[in-house]
Amino acid sequence: MAALDRVARSLLLSELVSGMALTLKYFFKKKVTLNYPFERGPLGPRFKGEHALRRYPNGEERCIACKLCEAVCPAQAITIEAEPREDGSRRTTRYDIDMTKCIYCGLCEEACPVDAIVEGPNMEFAAETREELIYNKEKLLDNGDRWEPMLAERLRLDAPYR
Amino acid sequence: MAKVTVDGIEVEVPNGASVLQACEAAGKEIPRFCYHERLSVAGNCRMCLVEVEKAPKPVASCAFPVADGMKVFTDTPVVRNARRGVMEFLLINHPLDCPICDQGGECDLQDQAYAYGHDSSRYGEAKRAVKDKDIGPLVKTVMTRCIQCTRCVRFAAEVAGTPELGGTNRGENMEIGTYVEKALTSELSGNLIDICPVGALTSRPYAFVSRPWELKKTDSIDVLDAVGANIRVDSRGPEVLRIIPRVNEAVNEEWMADRGRFSFDGLKRRRLDRPWVRKDGKMVAATWPEAFAAIAHRLAGLPAERIGAVAGALADAESVLALKDLMAAYGSTNLDCRDDGATIDASRPDYWRFNSTIAGIEDADALIIIGSDVRREAPVLNARIRKRWTAGKFPVAYVGPRGLDLTYPATHLGDGPAAMGAFAETLKAAQKPMIILGRGALQRPDGAVVLAAAWKLAADVGALTPDWHGFNLLHLFGGQVGALELGFLPGQGGKDLAAMLDGGVDALWLLNADGFGPARIPTGTFVVYQGHHGDAMAARADVILPGAAYTEKDATWVNTEGRAQRGRLAIHPPGEAKEDWRIIRAFSEGVGKTLPYNDTAAIRARLAEASPVFARIGEVARDGCADVAGPAATGAPTDAPFVLPIPVYHQADVISRASDTMAKCAEVYGPPPALAAE
Repeated sequence: MAALDRVARSLLLSELVSGMALTLKYFFKKKVTLNYPFERGPLGPRFKGEHALRRYPNGEERCIACKLCEAVCPAQAITIEAEPREDGSRRTTRYDIDMTKCIYCGLCEEACPVDAIVEGPNMEFAAETREELIYNKEKLLDNGDRWEPMLAERLRLDAPYR
Repeated sequence: MAKVTVDGIEVEVPNGASVLQACEAAGKEIPRFCYHERLSVAGNCRMCLVEVEKAPKPVASCAFPVADGMKVFTDTPVVRNARRGVMEFLLINHPLDCPICDQGGECDLQDQAYAYGHDSSRYGEAKRAVKDKDIGPLVKTVMTRCIQCTRCVRFAAEVAGTPELGGTNRGENMEIGTYVEKALTSELSGNLIDICPVGALTSRPYAFVSRPWELKKTDSIDVLDAVGANIRVDSRGPEVLRIIPRVNEAVNEEWMADRGRFSFDGLKRRRLDRPWVRKDGKMVAATWPEAFAAIAHRLAGLPAERIGAVAGALADAESVLALKDLMAAYGSTNLDCRDDGATIDASRPDYWRFNSTIAGIEDADALIIIGSDVRREAPVLNARIRKRWTAGKFPVAYVGPRGLDLTYPATHLGDGPAAMGAFAETLKAAQKPMIILGRGALQRPDGAVVLAAAWKLAADVGALTPDWHGFNLLHLFGGQVGALELGFLPGQGGKDLAAMLDGGVDALWLLNADGFGPARIPTGTFVVYQGHHGDAMAARADVILPGAAYTEKDATWVNTEGRAQRGRLAIHPPGEAKEDWRIIRAFSEGVGKTLPYNDTAAIRARLAEASPVFARIGEVARDGCADVAGPAATGAPTDAPFVLPIPVYHQADVISRASDTMAKCAEVYGPPPALAAE
């Protein structure tokens, strides 16, 4: 009986027909491909993109050189050096992230007690040389200034789940 | 002995021991903040609560004496709840600033809060804030973090002997401070940083520099005084970031002197990082082969008796041995390791050693200090003397400049050697009298006579018996005794330092020798300076061979007791600098006088052959005196007053002179710079 069924299916080309039916169905469906970079898909607030160092609204940098991000970083991509600033507060003199080493796991922003280092929504920072991907403190703070409204918004959205 | 049962484990502890000690004997860890085994018991943090059978409530184990048959429980719900309660109270006023606190990662409060702390605070009222005190350039204070354990107060009063810290006000208003704001005057102030269980007292030079988990830890020996304190050098990459003591009951217990602890930033400054050769009166940067060729060329034309070598205060035993062997290969016997001019009689080891041993100080029952400011020459050893004095019945007298503050009462006998005898009656009455002669007392023209007189005093008062050796010479730096043990001294027909500087030699090899003024070297003498810092002597040199400092080499050091200890390489020497004995070995090969060792094991085997002290690393034989015959010097010493060899405690050697931290200390503590100049 099973043999007869198989013979009937192959003679009637039922696989081919059902396949073509599926094709026809998607032919009339809405397209899922995006014309990147002119079109973009949605990003969750937890998306882990390019790093940034944030500041307080008064312009003071948040990072206090506690080195927890450096300690937690599984790829050892972060290098920090610190010393007392002129006013006696604890601040970094060097904050480097090697973006070629980074695995974008987000542990640095989870470890940060002051929400200073964050991974923002930006993923378009490809560069032509490796040197450009070794970020220093200036670059990271600059990122923070540029992305601050979006960074603050995604932290606000993610806060209930932390 | 009392039998105590701790959590079902039966232990025997001496009567009068505390419950906490019994728990430790049973292997139970009791959390504590105020209790410290080398300080008196305060019993004010209440963290060490345990339950004792039949006691109505938990007891503070650090202050509760054991009784025979006592049953102690360290891990019951009552105990845990009590400790949680204590922790919650401690954390009420403790700021939540672990991320910016330098103690973070090695903090007792942080660790114990993990075990006994709440995950969140129930406290909603205002936290107290305390003004930070300025207590000098070494210790940084953040007094809001203080939990009033009073360890620092007790340390300053009991161990350091400078009762400058104390608590004012009470209850919530209690503050630890110096009453009148001033810098701590102790040479042991760095230890406050170690004993503070929280981040209230931290190291100022190390502020915000690093985290404990980033550091590479290397065991080493402090050579900036002759105590030979066991230390741990913490480094990151090419830098030493801090130095902290290790426990060695026989040497430094767990303390360390400030100069050794804080002068490491001098290791980065004024370093000799490449060879230099003088050409036409000017120093010119050179390569190793050029520097060696210049020396070989100059030495080649000289008869052996016109070549001399001097080893200095910071020379390690390996390189001293290598230099001695090199000089022997040249046939020269003009060697001297007493670069400060101290007239040490080297005919017998007990003429130059600290024979009673440092731990033996605790057995002594009378002490005379001759020509030495022990507090500044060996602060850790002085703390041991103070510990003995605190135990009671310990008369102390000193001969030297009037008004020395040794941190314990001491009778001033006089300024010069003549006053030595004035204490003889007390010493005679004692069972184990002790004489400490400072190396500085021998740096005078009649030094040999002073040494003989001190020895004679020791013999006369019965300090030299078959089971007690009460004669002690206190050296100043970690490299001085090693060279003596190796016999780096004028050999048959050899010239000593004075004769060499008097035009006795045409070429002089200085190994870390900075003890005398470069102006004493006659013009025309060819000077090879092998060392690590560009101090005054390097400027006089004709060839500079850059060596390694004590943190940068695997080396053996001998402390004032004659205890050989090994320091290990923590960081590599800067630039082209090399380990010192390897420099000498390489040179010897170049001139065809190859020394018979080429690796560390081989030179150490040779060391052990050269002197038995190097065969027993870390140990010292504590012998009595077998032969009371004194050094062969006759005549009475002149009555010139003793002059202390270290005028400025914080700037006594090439490393601390290059250190910024020490310069700041010298400014705060020392005499005005005009007086400090040598």
